[in-house]
Amino acid sequence: MSTVALPRAAKAGSYIPRDPALLVPLLGAGVLIYLAVLPLFMLVMGSFQAEVAPREFVYTLKNYQAAYASEYTYSTFKNSLIFASGSAALTFILGTLLAWLTERTNTPLRGIFVPIAVVPLILPGVLESIAWIFLLSPKFGYLNVWLKDLFGLQTLPFNVFSLPGMIWVHSVGQVPLAFLMMVAAFKSMDPSLEESAMMSGANTWQTFRRVTFRLLIPTAGSVLLILFVRTLESFETPALIGIPARLYVYTSEIFLAFNEYPPDYGRGGALAVGLLVLSALGVWLYTRSTKESKKFQTVTGKAFRPRQFDLGAWRWAGLGFLIVYFVFVVLLPFLVLLWASFLPFFAPPSWDGMQKLSLENYRYLAGFRPFWDAMKNSIILATLAATAAMSITSLVAWIVYKSRLPGSWILDFLAFVPITVPGIVLGMALILLYVAFPIPIYGTIWVLLIAYVTRFIPYGMRAASGSILQIHSELEEAAAASGASWWETFRRVTLPLLRPGLVAGWIYICIVSFREFSTSVLLATGESRVLSILLFTMFEQGQVTVVAAIGVLMIATLLSIVALFYKLTGRVGLQT
Amino acid sequence: MIEVKSLVKIFADGDNAGVKAVNDISFTVEEGRFYTLLGPSGCGKTTTLRCIAGLEKANDGEIIVAGKKVYSARDGTFVPSYRRPIGMVFQSYAIWPHLTVFENVAFPLRVGKQRLGNEAIRKKVRGALEQVELGSYEERMATQLSGGQQQRLALARALVREPKVLLLDEPLSNLDAKLRERMRVELRELQRRLRITTLYVTHDQIEALSMSNVIAVMNAGVIVQEGAPREIYLQPKTKFVANFIGSTNQLDGQVVKVGTDGTGVVGTEAGEIACALLAGLSQGAKVVVVARPESIVLHRNKPPQNENLLEGKVGAAMFLGEYLDCTVEVGKSVFQTHQHHTLQIRRGDPVWVELPAGECMALPAES
Repeated sequence: MSTVALPRAAKAGSYIPRDPALLVPLLGAGVLIYLAVLPLFMLVMGSFQAEVAPREFVYTLKNYQAAYASEYTYSTFKNSLIFASGSAALTFILGTLLAWLTERTNTPLRGIFVPIAVVPLILPGVLESIAWIFLLSPKFGYLNVWLKDLFGLQTLPFNVFSLPGMIWVHSVGQVPLAFLMMVAAFKSMDPSLEESAMMSGANTWQTFRRVTFRLLIPTAGSVLLILFVRTLESFETPALIGIPARLYVYTSEIFLAFNEYPPDYGRGGALAVGLLVLSALGVWLYTRSTKESKKFQTVTGKAFRPRQFDLGAWRWAGLGFLIVYFVFVVLLPFLVLLWASFLPFFAPPSWDGMQKLSLENYRYLAGFRPFWDAMKNSIILATLAATAAMSITSLVAWIVYKSRLPGSWILDFLAFVPITVPGIVLGMALILLYVAFPIPIYGTIWVLLIAYVTRFIPYGMRAASGSILQIHSELEEAAAASGASWWETFRRVTLPLLRPGLVAGWIYICIVSFREFSTSVLLATGESRVLSILLFTMFEQGQVTVVAAIGVLMIATLLSIVALFYKLTGRVGLQT
Repeated sequence: MIEVKSLVKIFADGDNAGVKAVNDISFTVEEGRFYTLLGPSGCGKTTTLRCIAGLEKANDGEIIVAGKKVYSARDGTFVPSYRRPIGMVFQSYAIWPHLTVFENVAFPLRVGKQRLGNEAIRKKVRGALEQVELGSYEERMATQLSGGQQQRLALARALVREPKVLLLDEPLSNLDAKLRERMRVELRELQRRLRITTLYVTHDQIEALSMSNVIAVMNAGVIVQEGAPREIYLQPKTKFVANFIGSTNQLDGQVVKVGTDGTGVVGTEAGEIACALLAGLSQGAKVVVVARPESIVLHRNKPPQNENLLEGKVGAAMFLGEYLDCTVEVGKSVFQTHQHHTLQIRRGDPVWVELPAGECMALPAES
């Protein structure tokens, strides 16, 4: 007779695997601590050390002094503040305006705008910056030249190598995110709140001011906060536009400390810790404010359509705005990259420029060894990181939400820690970790893999948890009551039902790994270079049109990977 | 077939003090019988069922299914669900959306110890589907079935490996009224034909009364009364049971006289009532007299006999098709009564209220 003696204290259901599996959450915690917590620990420790990988620990505040009490401290602080708040504000305004036009007004053609608005996410940050340099560079920028001719100006109107330029370029890349968040907010507004205001005698403007606007404030606050934090952590725009313009922000300072000879890990570490604290604070505030805003949540589960504002004749202005946005902000960067990739050298567009179009850049790349190495590395890293992250997170999500094992909430917490860590901070932390400990992975592709997996585990967790929570526990209980053991249930019921969420998570992590820049910039060396770093270094060396060609190929590859994966696993037709 | 002894299940509640969802209950379901656990939400009936199924682990007691001990606190036995000879139908049906109708039913045959060949599986699945009249839907995706069909699919799946015991957790609560009526009959017929030991959980007293051999009424984790449907309905032992099964009217009073054959007289503020007395009630005991709405008779003119006749005034009379739903005010009490629809009566009419002695019962007041 088969019986199982379980400890009395365990509240485990019958479909929990027996004793060996109690080790699983411990193992999971160990993995997550190794990935997420250990590097941060080393970072903080290292920032107080006089030298890296010391034989004895000598505590010092010299690094913090160098980081925060130098002659550059004030300008770095000022630039970072302006950059982050300017970008947050601009992104928010654009994103909200677009979301409002699409969701709450009767602007024509607004339906097809939603997928279009999200397209810029495919464009890696490095390429976005490069494309806007092509467009708005003070001497040759295409858009500049066109506007000068159009309005008959004396000089070129815009200079991308400035703080406003940085703000614009970064905002443009973030608008899809703000757009999606505000669309969700608008979609969930209950029209009866506004209607009852109107029934009580308020006119349109009063209703907007007293009801609509007030309801949006909490969401607006948290969106602005998250945009601010993300801008502070970003490095693509500061690297490609800020450094040549000699406008430094915190992330640039970390990079520069690392780039000195010899690298000043101490100062870099101290800066990284400061940025980490800011970032963690921001994320914490964001989480708290979104909990607050649940009070304002107005969706009751009954399907309804939010009220549309009738713009009257102004709706054509709305359409005009959407079109202008699409052409200038979404389409133009792609087009300019494509165009530049066919040019032998960068020059403003002209008729004889057209005749000089050639495939020379592509031919060059065909035989250019570093390109193929970088391409290989990027593809391998993206697919491996996505697979590893989704595997880890689906198991962790199952433990946290389905297993009823004690202490599993700790795993949930650990899995989300990396979201507070800016990419460049993680890079710095991993350097300190692996320089101190003699595991010979520093400088190889494996440290990059660890970095990517660590960074993207939170996104994987979100996808996996979302999916797992949707699986009604009775579906698994029915399997147990039908005679299936834990493994048979997991294999035949849980996994197939998880698949759509896991696929979505895999695709997302693949895309963001492929585009990753701020962690790779510190960790990718020589043979472990990836495409985004290749773009950066070659652009700095002046080979701009080849860079455009690489960019085009990069986007094409990304799209192909996603399409291929989707096709292979695309039996996601769960018609429920 | 199912023996439950002194079962206790405690759910932890924030602070250490737990909630006793199941508080020391014991009962036996005999082979081939239809046994129902009936009670309001939170009474512990579903928890008890889940303990028997192995989906919850109890804190104390013993459970024996088909002669095999599946849970015992004393010697630490706990047989996991997938090793118990059960079939279960869940309230939400728990149909697997990624499998076809055929595969849903075939699932129990594909997992577990016995390895049947494809041919044998096909035969059994077809048989089970025929039994619930879903034979022609084999290849459809399970999600394409209607609610009632999914419920029958869940039933087929539970029965396909011919388990010793069938467990049902409020399977009819998600169906509309007409379908529920039909399924009550079908389920009962199926169970009778297969002669399978069945444990059924519900809060609906009509389901319980119409389908069961034995009903156990539960409240706050304990079994309050156990018996055949007629017994539970006509001879409730406590106020709670009387109230829960069918609607009932109550009149507070005190026992004035105890008779010899289980009858007695109770003095109430509306007058003296002759009625049945629950065994064990003595003179002077505080009681409540319960009478079902359909037992009370209203007369427009005073009837000849005097026993249990009260004066009252009609409060409201609603024509419900099958009967006239009349509320009558008698003194400070309000009675709900069901009258034949031909009774000509209107709001405010004075009326004589008769409580036939044989159809009312005095129960202890505290319960």
